[in-house]
Amino acid sequence: MTKIEAAHHAVGVNNKKWAIGFSTVVGVIFLLNVFVLPNANTQVQRFFNAWFSLNSLAEIMIWILMALGLNIIVGYAGLLDLGYVAFWALGGYVAGWLMSPFLSQFQVNFFGNPRPGFDQGIHFNVFLVLILGGVFTAIWGIIIGGPTLRLKSDYLALVTLGFGEIIPQFMLNGSDIGGINVTNGAQGIGGLDQPKIFGYTIGTFDLPAKFLMVSLMAGAMIFFSIRLRDGRLGRAWLAIREDELAASMMGVPLWRTKFSSYAIGAVGGGIGGVGFAILVGGVYADRFNFVISIIILAMVVLGGMGNVWGVVVGATVLAWVNAVGLVQVGELINSTFDTKFNFPSYQFLLFGLLLVLMMLFRREGFLPEARMRMVMNEEKLEDVEKVTDDKKIGSH
Amino acid sequence: MSLSSTAALDAQNIHVEFGGLVAVDDVSFTIPQGSIVSLIGPNGAGKTTFFNVLTGLYKPTSGAVIFGDKEITGNQVHDIAQSGVARTFQNIRLFGLMTAQENVMVAMHSHMSAGVYATIFRTKKQRAEEEEARRFAQELLDYVGIGYTTHEYARNLSYGDQRRLEVARALALRPSVLLLDEPTAGMNPNESATFVQFVQKLKEDKGISILLIEHDMSVVMQVSERVTVLDQGQKIAEGTPAEIRSNRRVIEAYLGKSGSEASK
Repeated sequence: MTKIEAAHHAVGVNNKKWAIGFSTVVGVIFLLNVFVLPNANTQVQRFFNAWFSLNSLAEIMIWILMALGLNIIVGYAGLLDLGYVAFWALGGYVAGWLMSPFLSQFQVNFFGNPRPGFDQGIHFNVFLVLILGGVFTAIWGIIIGGPTLRLKSDYLALVTLGFGEIIPQFMLNGSDIGGINVTNGAQGIGGLDQPKIFGYTIGTFDLPAKFLMVSLMAGAMIFFSIRLRDGRLGRAWLAIREDELAASMMGVPLWRTKFSSYAIGAVGGGIGGVGFAILVGGVYADRFNFVISIIILAMVVLGGMGNVWGVVVGATVLAWVNAVGLVQVGELINSTFDTKFNFPSYQFLLFGLLLVLMMLFRREGFLPEARMRMVMNEEKLEDVEKVTDDKKIGSH
Repeated sequence: MSLSSTAALDAQNIHVEFGGLVAVDDVSFTIPQGSIVSLIGPNGAGKTTFFNVLTGLYKPTSGAVIFGDKEITGNQVHDIAQSGVARTFQNIRLFGLMTAQENVMVAMHSHMSAGVYATIFRTKKQRAEEEEARRFAQELLDYVGIGYTTHEYARNLSYGDQRRLEVARALALRPSVLLLDEPTAGMNPNESATFVQFVQKLKEDKGISILLIEHDMSVVMQVSERVTVLDQGQKIAEGTPAEIRSNRRVIEAYLGKSGSEASK
């Protein structure tokens, strides 16, 4: 085996290591919460509840799912999408429509699990809802991507930015569309069915089961992402990211290939949306704002664009800091130094600071793709050369 | 003439205007089946524009490009590439952050069929297809003489190896016509000579018809069966290398009027 072949072999081994690591973490968290914590003393319980509550960990899994979906669009194919939250919202509302009593004009039960006494509305089986959520967002991906993917990527960014505003606004104001209450406006759709999976009903407060469910979804997304990257489509995406013109001259149909990345990325967002709706038991329009799109994008960029495990790390860190870390660390600082800063309110200040620091000192992200790492380091070398050249000129 | 029936690629009365500026003026040009022909001309003569018409990047204002027995004028770039017209680039355009093998495999995209499902679940067919693609890629890399670069990133290859990789990538399309845009640019005379041999071997081994755009006259004269000269968008001469060498208008175009006077 040559050195390079060995390096490539190492990538495969690395994937396996990471996969085992991910499964182990999920398994440990699950077992800890089912068997250990309920029997632990209150101090331990309080600690875990504050720093690593199962709810926040489950939410992290959703963020991972989202970030991986966006990574297919931004990281793999190099298309900038600034409105990814729209897919999250659309997926969420599919769950709201298809597994709750909300659409009371209908009364459908297709292997669903309506709460007793709430038979009106549509109650589909959770697996079917996941599939339909993916299909529905893919259709929206087609509607948006179809015309815009022919444009240069800057225009795509603008159109997706608009799309990311329009969809949540529609959801927020969609309580009276021609006399029909489509989205229930700002109140959102609550009281989702409890999903029934292979005879096991996941109750509203059955967090371990919910955590396991979203972890499996995230795990599947990781698997899909890696497989797709290593195949024919992944190569074509990468080629387009590298040099669009050369790719088309080598017989890669640009529009169709970009389009497939956009649609597949959208499916990730839709399925994540369904998962999130099940997790919180409802879907609420005010949560879907522009900032979410940017946070997901930051997860991809900070984690290491294009590298699945990097994005997983990026999503985990940012999601945890946003949901838990800022509050807890803030309280810790306040109580230790007797200060009264409201840390969560500085969220975007700190977030911006982190972004600036990363761009200054580690542009390639926490865990970049091997190929990206090479370029970024090369540019640094060039900078050094330039500086020394300048010095030479200066000394003359 | 029976030329048109044996033409691999036939460009008829190609006319390209950019907002009133005539870049290529009514040029007809044929690549006969299984031959090496060259397109030369001073800078700004319209060579590259003409090249871009053949590969579908520009749509000509008027005129037609016939490939085999099909008209391909105005077809999509990737359609033309898939149907068997491959090219290399004057200023190398490899996928720098992809390995040599991956570069070649990208060009096999249209010959492969694995979709999303097959890729995710690694169906038997998909694995066989990938295996075959890797084998063919290695075969091509060996053929152009850079078999040792398989897992090397394209941007890390030496200049000469990058040029070879471009050819290997173009060959992965299984083309019947290969367009080489200044392939010896930046090569020293030794490397150019090796390259000339390589191009001839390519024609004989694979039966590919080859069009060269070249600045290096010695390369053009050695390798081409026919040479076409463009100047200011017009075809000013066409013939065998010997004919071109002694053509007055060609000398004028390259050296100016007084130059031709002086060479008398």
